[in-house]
Amino acid sequence: MDTIAEIPKEEYVLKCTSACAGCSDSLALRYVLKAAGPDTVLVVPACCTSVIQGIYPNTAFNIPVYNIAFGAAAACASGMSNAFRATGKKTNVIVYAGDGGTLDIGIQAMSGAFERGTDFLYICYDNEAYGNTGMQRSGGTPIGARTTTTPAGKTDAKKDIDAIIAAHDPPYMATACSSYPQDIFKKVQKALSFRGPTFIHILAPCPPGWRYPTEKSVEMGKLAVKSGMWVLYEREYGKLSINPQSKAAMKNPIPLEEYLAPQGRFKGINAKTVDLLKQNLAKKIKKLAAEEEEQ
Amino acid sequence: MKKIATGNKAVAEAVKQVQPTVVAAYPITPQTEIVEQIAEFVSTGELKSRYIPVESEHSAMAACIGASITGIRTFTATSSHGLLYMHEMTNWAAGARLPIVMANVNRSIGPGWNIWAEHTDALQERDTGWLQVYVSTVQEAYDATLMAFRIAEHNDVLLPVMVNLDGFSLSHIMQPLDTVELGDFIPPMHLPHAIDPKHPAGYGGLTGPDQHFKFRWDIERSMRDSVKVIEETEKDFATRFGRKYGFTEDYQCDDADVVVVSMGTLGKEAEVAIDILRKEGIRAGSMRLRWLRPFPKLNLKGKDIVVIDRDYSFGFGGILAASIRAQQKTDVYSVIAGLGGQEVTYEDIADFIRKRRMGEEFWFGVHDNV
Repeated sequence: MDTIAEIPKEEYVLKCTSACAGCSDSLALRYVLKAAGPDTVLVVPACCTSVIQGIYPNTAFNIPVYNIAFGAAAACASGMSNAFRATGKKTNVIVYAGDGGTLDIGIQAMSGAFERGTDFLYICYDNEAYGNTGMQRSGGTPIGARTTTTPAGKTDAKKDIDAIIAAHDPPYMATACSSYPQDIFKKVQKALSFRGPTFIHILAPCPPGWRYPTEKSVEMGKLAVKSGMWVLYEREYGKLSINPQSKAAMKNPIPLEEYLAPQGRFKGINAKTVDLLKQNLAKKIKKLAAEEEEQ
Repeated sequence: MKKIATGNKAVAEAVKQVQPTVVAAYPITPQTEIVEQIAEFVSTGELKSRYIPVESEHSAMAACIGASITGIRTFTATSSHGLLYMHEMTNWAAGARLPIVMANVNRSIGPGWNIWAEHTDALQERDTGWLQVYVSTVQEAYDATLMAFRIAEHNDVLLPVMVNLDGFSLSHIMQPLDTVELGDFIPPMHLPHAIDPKHPAGYGGLTGPDQHFKFRWDIERSMRDSVKVIEETEKDFATRFGRKYGFTEDYQCDDADVVVVSMGTLGKEAEVAIDILRKEGIRAGSMRLRWLRPFPKLNLKGKDIVVIDRDYSFGFGGILAASIRAQQKTDVYSVIAGLGGQEVTYEDIADFIRKRRMGEEFWFGVHDNV
């Protein structure tokens, strides 16, 4: 899948969503659903997507959406998937949850569902904070980022949810970014071809939360990848493949400052914290490179 | 078929006969035997359910919700802290109008850790939109579980039903159990709002102040409609299988001057107390409340009312006593007894009735019964 032309024209995220201008969550979802097709149920815990779908009696999504409490998405999907499979239905069950619902409050239910081999796809779209409540810190917020609950900048590092998922040994897991929709499309299709629990972690830049102009969302995601802050890869039965864009970035990254500078959330970040970010980034890249080398 | 079973086994036996498509449960004392028995039935193929061994009660109810909304039958069981842990999701189940059936083995709440019978767990769920029935024998645990599915799934109800049985004093005691041939007693489940990708819809999304109250009223309307569904179901059960049930089980209440109201196994002890008092010439009766939600219209006019609460609402009083006071517009003698499995004998109950002081509250074991 290398050209936009091969992506279906059908739209499942309809016009007039309640998304903020420049929202990359709904951009990513558009391609997730194009890849999944109409025989799909989306399970959505409390997150931006609960708002984006619109207000009852309207819905902006042209597939069934089951909204569920914040910490319960994976468990709800677990029941749904079992019910569909027990009655011979192949319907895709996809959790579409934010970083709060995944890294924080929903982690127990998610871990349980992965451990039980639930046949579903769990997608975490990560805007690195509690977005729909107005940007409070989450386990996904990077060190140094200002949120409304870390007004002086977060002092703790971003939780490595991918390592936690990898420890559950799912047949397929991947990272993606809303700025690379064809990559999302391909990875969702691939994830849905597996039986069992699969996971995709999508970086979703957020204009009001990260404090950059709305038209810069795609650019911001690309800077994240080019700086190595976000690495695009997939792991199939444990075997790691790093995307060419990220391989290039791992060898020749753009300076991290080019990614940080346009974002208001990093305004006034001190050199020591930038160093910490760089150290974490280098550690992550070294680990991934070593993993790929070993194979 | 006649056999001997515990209250827990009786519930599992009923579940086996009803064959829910999905069972999602987490073990907790004293409910454990129910999930173990169900897992056993699933492994032998006697129960063709998908058994989801979830990692918590919150997830048990969430999984039942996710399964139920596809239009299939679900069951779970819990107790005490497990029930409280799933509290967010019990609200969701009722709000989402899902006919999930759950057995709750009534147990006290910690601290300190206490695994014995008390009703405070289920009573903290009384405002969630679940129908609640309390049983007193092994046979009734079985019968009520069967009826719970038919009542919950009735299209005039479509609300979840909780079958409550006392921890240990019913869950773990052996009594005779007469199982039935179900036949078509429980019709196939039809969920009108089941998820169907061919007809995409949003479920449980943002609902504004101009709409939300309509959904709440709809729950109450169905709760009211459930009264006749319960009556019809219990009547049909009696016709088919010969065992009669109602909103209450009344024992010598008609000519009684004083009636003791209770729930669960204490209601059976109360009947023995009534026999003792009648021999003494005291015209006493016992009313065992079976359905707490919907709360029935009790006929207690002109009688002294003694209420035994195996629960408490701190800063106010016994929960059952408060409900009865409000409904009957009269004061009662409120007895708080049996908390955390505190032993209450029929002699004790006879004493509550003999020494009643209308309008007062009496904590058994704390206050002097004079």
